[in-house]
Order: sequence, then C-alpha cells, then structure tokens
Amino acid sequence: MPRITFIEPGGSRRTIDAPAGITLMEAAVQNGVQGILALCGGACACATCHVYVDPTWLPKLQPREEMEEGMLESAWEPRANSRLSCQIHLTSDLEGLEVTVPQRQGAI
Amino acid sequence: MISTIVVVGGGQAGAQAVDTLRREGFAGRLLLVCDEPVLPYQRPPLSKSYLSGELTAERLPFRHQAFYEEHRVELRLGLPAVGLDRRARQVNLADGESLSYDRLLLCLGSAARRLSCPGADLPGLHYLRTVADVTLIRAAIQPGSRVVMIGGGYIGLEAAATCRQIGCEVTVLELADRLMNRVVAPCVSQFFAQEHRAQGIHIRCDTRVTRLEGRGRIERVVCADGSEIAADAVIAGVGAIPTTALAGDAGLPCNDGIIVDEYCRTQDEAIFSAGDCTNHPSPRFGRRVRIESVDNAFEQAKTAALNALDRRVAHDRVPWFWSDQFANKLLIAGLSQDYDQEVLRGDPASRSFSVCYLKGGELIAVEAVNHSKDYMAARKLIAQRAQMNPVKLANPDLALKEAVNGTLS
Repeated sequence: MPRITFIEPGGSRRTIDAPAGITLMEAAVQNGVQGILALCGGACACATCHVYVDPTWLPKLQPREEMEEGMLESAWEPRANSRLSCQIHLTSDLEGLEVTVPQRQGAI
Repeated sequence: MISTIVVVGGGQAGAQAVDTLRREGFAGRLLLVCDEPVLPYQRPPLSKSYLSGELTAERLPFRHQAFYEEHRVELRLGLPAVGLDRRARQVNLADGESLSYDRLLLCLGSAARRLSCPGADLPGLHYLRTVADVTLIRAAIQPGSRVVMIGGGYIGLEAAATCRQIGCEVTVLELADRLMNRVVAPCVSQFFAQEHRAQGIHIRCDTRVTRLEGRGRIERVVCADGSEIAADAVIAGVGAIPTTALAGDAGLPCNDGIIVDEYCRTQDEAIFSAGDCTNHPSPRFGRRVRIESVDNAFEQAKTAALNALDRRVAHDRVPWFWSDQFANKLLIAGLSQDYDQEVLRGDPASRSFSVCYLKGGELIAVEAVNHSKDYMAARKLIAQRAQMNPVKLANPDLALKEAVNGTLS
C-alpha cells in the first residue's frame, strides 16, 4: 500500500495510503484530491488528471507512451516532469511518491 | 435566501452539480434525487471495461458513500421524480415524498432510443445505457454467443469490440451506408470498418431491421432484404433521447432538450438544467446545440451550480468526445456540421491520422484516429477560432499549430 503525497493547487499537502494495483488518478479521485478532474475516467482522452512528478521519482516510472506524450503537449503548462496520473500504475516501489497538481487542467 | 437546493438526476452532471455546490460554499440543505438505485457512476466504461468484466462495479462510482455523508448530501436513490409543481416550488418523488426547493437543478440525462419493430418486446433485446442494462448483457453472453448489434455508432461499435474480445460471434447492422455516419468522415468510417472486420466482426451497412423473431425469446433478426441472422442476444444502440418529461409537463419549453440559456437557466428563474437533457446556445458555434458528452455534462453542471448560487458564469466550450474500439482511439474535438472544407492529415494506412474541418478557413472540428497530438492542439485552436492554411494543414509533418494562418488573437 504505497503512501503518496499530492500537493493541491492551493498548496496544501494531501498524503494518501493507496492500494497497489490502481492508478495514481484513481487514488486522487477516490480521495477527492483538489484539481484532479479525470473526466474520461482513465482513457487517456482528456488531459484533466495532469500532475508534475517530483523529478527524483521520474526514473522509477514507466516512460510516457506516444498517446500520453501527445495529450500532454497541449495540456495546461506542460513541463518535462508532466504526467497523466491515469497512466501511472501504483506499485509498492512508489512508496513516498510526491506529485504536484497544476493550477488548471485540460486543453487551455 | 437559498436554503434548499434539489438536484434531480445522478449521472455525470448531477454528481458534479452537488460537488460544485459544496465546493463553492453552499451550506444549506442539498438533495440528490436519482432514479437508479446506485450511487452516481461513470457511464463511459459501461460499453468497454465494465462490459468486459475488467472493471468491477465498485470502481464505477465517482465518489464513495462517505463523500456524500461528509458533505451532507441527502441521497434519494432509486426514486424517480414524477412531478414538478413550479408554483409551489416542489418536486414530487415516486414514493410520495415532496421536496421543496429554492433552486432546482435538472440533470436528467438521456435515455436509449427504443426499437419499435415487431418483436421488440421479446426477451433477449438489450439496450446499453445503465449499469443494470450491462449487468443483464453480461449475464446473457459468453464466449461463442451470437451477438447482433443494431446500430453502428459509438455505443454499437464499442460494445461490438468488447463482445468480440470476450469471444462472441458479432454482427453489426447499420441502417446508413457507413459506420458512425453522423459523426465522422467517410475515411474514418472506413478505417473502423476495416479494423472491426480484421477482428472477425461481420459488418453490414445499408441494412434495415424489420423484425425480431423467436419462440418466447429472440432467436433471429430479420432484415428488409429478407435475410435472417441467428442471435443469442441483440443489443440496440440506435441513439439517445433527452429526458425532458418532468420539465415539459411542468410547462418549461423543450425542443430537442430542455431549453436553457448560456447560464444553464430554464425559463423559470429558480430552475437550472445541465447535461444531455439540455438544448443550449453555443457561443463558439453560433447556434443552439444539444451535446451528449461527459465534458458537456461536467462543465454545464459546474455552470448551472454557480449560477444557481447567483454567480454569473456563462457556458462556452468546444465539445470533445472519444471512443475506444479494440486498440484504436478515436478523439473528436469541435462540431463538424456545416463545414465547407475537409482536409486529411496523414495516411489512414499508417493507423494514425486526422481529418480537419474548416468553415471559411476557420478550424471547427478535428477527428483524430490514434493521434492525440492533433486532437489536443485542435481543442485549443478551435476555441481560438484559428484560421488555417489548407495546404500546410494537409502536411502531417507540420504540427497543427504550424498550419495556422497569421497570428492568433
């Protein structure tokens, strides 16, 4: 059960014990993390579950696939550490993962 | 003073409305009335991962019970609203309860269009709209079952792909001359028809179903040309009808949806409406529209909730849609009706391409097949009313924004 921290758009820290096997997006939605909309429910079709991953964690994640890459390119303020949280599957290796939720979501 | 708000409808819009009302500080009595007996849930997985069994029922709801308790949302589940008395500002529920409101939000959604041909009352005919519908379908099919889909639109094709992945023998019958004819370009229809056929699905266009036959339950589908297709289960995906009776019977104007303004207000200043059931102005497209999409339900619900709290916010969105069929993702931005130019970007044989629609040079819609880059870029460019250079646009090596004429406002 990895423990994950979200830094919400207002700056508050939300630490969640999430079950392994679900996605980072599902962990956020189930716990009502502010700023994660996840409108398409994880289909990689909306770019409304965008997060910035603490760079020290990037090497531990599966790299972005082409579809995710294309979605992020026109997302709100994409950065090198941008990810769609629906594409990150939680495993025990991700204990301590920290991500920041952007101020806005979608193609803005 | 707004002390009680009643939200009727527990789909994407209803769930979002209560969420926004509380997040925006409404502290009064808040009720959510839903005719389905379950917590508000996501519908998109129903034809895909829920039908396949990959996603279990407990992962469908947007929020757990605890969310509604924590935010003091009084739930009335499994209770249709049967009457609306606008003068008394009361909604009447099926069990006889009357709920008084200061503001009412109608998030009634839409319902699957029913078949009316002979045999449509026989057991074995399914629709695909609710979790209960899909639970019935799952019980009716297994590997080897012969499934006939009536309708080759999004729902029909998504369900066909899922049934095929389960191992069913699947036939898709489409009335028009091509699949998804109301929503995509011919080359996109053709691409998906090829993909489905390659997976072993039988596709028959220009095919009218005249009746369903069988002893006690459906055994075959009979078409206008006299042909018969044996079926263990039939699923009809022939469009949706907005749910407007509650509003219409109470004298609110309806015309292909409940008529609302850009603030999601009906003609009654205490009543707002959001989602599939509304007919609303689109500032971007300059006409009234009715949109069946997750995004529209979500955004209109936020707008309706804010305006119900007397904050004046207008709804002005570029619609977007998606459909997953086998490993292919169809992504659509904008509305392509009344285009005057269509530009293909890329080669469908490469399995990643897009079709751009222009009106007077302005980008109004893009259909992207396995091409998230064009789709996301298009959502911005359509909103910005970008004027495009059709020659550059046809060059798939140039990014969409490099095909913009001049500078963007």
